[in-house]
Amino acid sequence: MGFFEKLRALFKRRTAALAAAGFSALASAAVWAQQAAPVTTAASAGASAAAAPVVSAGSPQAISAGDTAWLLASAALVLLMTPGLAFFYAGMVRKKNVMATIMQSFIMIALISVQWVIWGYSLAFGPGKSFLFGGLDWLFLKHLPDVSPLAPTVPHYAYMIFQAMFAIITPALICGAYAERLSFKGFVVFSLLWATFVYDPIAHLVWGGGYFGSLGALDFAGGTVVHMSSGYSALALALLLGTRKGYGKENMPPHNLTLVLLGASLLWFGWFGFNAGSACAANALACNAFVTTNTATAMAALMWCAVEMVHRGKATTLGAASGAVAGLVAITPACGFVDLIGSLWIGAIVSILCYTAIQVKIKLGYDDSLDTFGVHGVGGTWGALATGIWALKSINSGGADGVLAGNPGQFLIQLKTVGFTAVYSIALTVVLYFIVDKTVGMRVHQKEEELGLDLSQHGEEGYHI
Amino acid sequence: MMKKIEAIIRPSALRAVLDGLKAVGYPGVTVAEVQGHGKQKGITESYRGQSVEGLLPKLVVTAVVGDKQVKKVVDIIVKSARTGEIGDGKIFVSPVSDAIRIRTGEKGEKAV
Repeated sequence: MGFFEKLRALFKRRTAALAAAGFSALASAAVWAQQAAPVTTAASAGASAAAAPVVSAGSPQAISAGDTAWLLASAALVLLMTPGLAFFYAGMVRKKNVMATIMQSFIMIALISVQWVIWGYSLAFGPGKSFLFGGLDWLFLKHLPDVSPLAPTVPHYAYMIFQAMFAIITPALICGAYAERLSFKGFVVFSLLWATFVYDPIAHLVWGGGYFGSLGALDFAGGTVVHMSSGYSALALALLLGTRKGYGKENMPPHNLTLVLLGASLLWFGWFGFNAGSACAANALACNAFVTTNTATAMAALMWCAVEMVHRGKATTLGAASGAVAGLVAITPACGFVDLIGSLWIGAIVSILCYTAIQVKIKLGYDDSLDTFGVHGVGGTWGALATGIWALKSINSGGADGVLAGNPGQFLIQLKTVGFTAVYSIALTVVLYFIVDKTVGMRVHQKEEELGLDLSQHGEEGYHI
Repeated sequence: MMKKIEAIIRPSALRAVLDGLKAVGYPGVTVAEVQGHGKQKGITESYRGQSVEGLLPKLVVTAVVGDKQVKKVVDIIVKSARTGEIGDGKIFVSPVSDAIRIRTGEKGEKAV
């Protein structure tokens, strides 16, 4: 789903002649027309058009049954990641908060599904010229063109609902930072505001025709949009909320590691939709993304265990699961731009970085309870930068070469996107935190926290005698 | 009179203890899973590099028997549950003032 890849997909089904002739007309109609980057892409698209299958010269926007089937299946795969995340997180909290933690992810599916079709998709991907938002033309999905220029071979609804799943899981990722101490009301209001004022603008900036897309930032499946935005917001929230009651004095080990591993497995499974689906087509690029995703994840799980063996003497299942998730996070922006070798390195290094970051957290004493920043923030940042190191035009002609292929400039573009996303996510999270805290309240009372969120927020328990 | 025998044993010793008890007339037993540590401390667990002092899993086997049976039952538990290593567990014996069988209302030793 990288910006360039979408553009390339748009062109590759045209003949070279059509691409050349039609470019200016198309460019003026497209929302990102004024940007400079597409011009360079046009040449490569034209060049690759000869090799690419020509679906139909007469109707370049023809809907592909294969692409549509894969994208719909991918959307369903990505949906499953959020319940996967629910189990991943729920296993790590204490027994008394298991249902509240599952609820945070599960209800997010409902909350953002509605937000997305009413205004989210329009804000992120709608036509418009403002810096942060697409626009309001597509409220309630009215006035949608038949296809999105970002996925020209599938019906617009397929692309829209695929994107919905990304919008759902991103705020759910933050749950790990405020686990075991947020009120349900505060959680719902904060998540809705965060989705609207943090996720939608960043999705617009990177994918929806905004500034970073035009800069040439590479983010195939959402390292910046999904993992960095949630990761840095998580850091801000962990600091603002303070530690859980008893943190550092009481033992707070994961209450059910089997749930954690079940969740991590569902995440790994669903992530194929996230990454390979982001090709928005059932093509060779999707296959590349699938293989690099699996490879980086495997490498990261192995490396996390290796680091643990060195540091603590034993490899743990929580470590294997954490490493796998870190690998998935890191390969996300890169999977459609790097080759197999790149994915091995990205996976190997991310576990060292994330593990180290978590040890630093323990030393500093702040309570990013389930390490959303440690895994998604750090891993997402590494993935975004690593894309600028290992990217290859030979893998994705719509992308760019990275540092190792002789293009250090790409690293700087990646760095700029990383910096902006981090600053923007943190700043907006601070503002939203104070708004929600002063109105409905963010944190539960001490007694409610001690009782557990399952009983205090929902009036139920996960386990009975 | 009656005594309550509470034996904290290794989970792996349960089968042998139950078989041994069967041999001495099979007094009713209640088994519960518990966690704890003795003087030798528990195991240090590690979660993402963070240490947590863990407890060791044990079982508590509880039996209430007549005074005359106490020595026999205790001996059989010791014999069945002993490995000779640290962590074999402990047995506590305490007096029981009464017992009532819920089904019939019988009291005292007849009820156990």
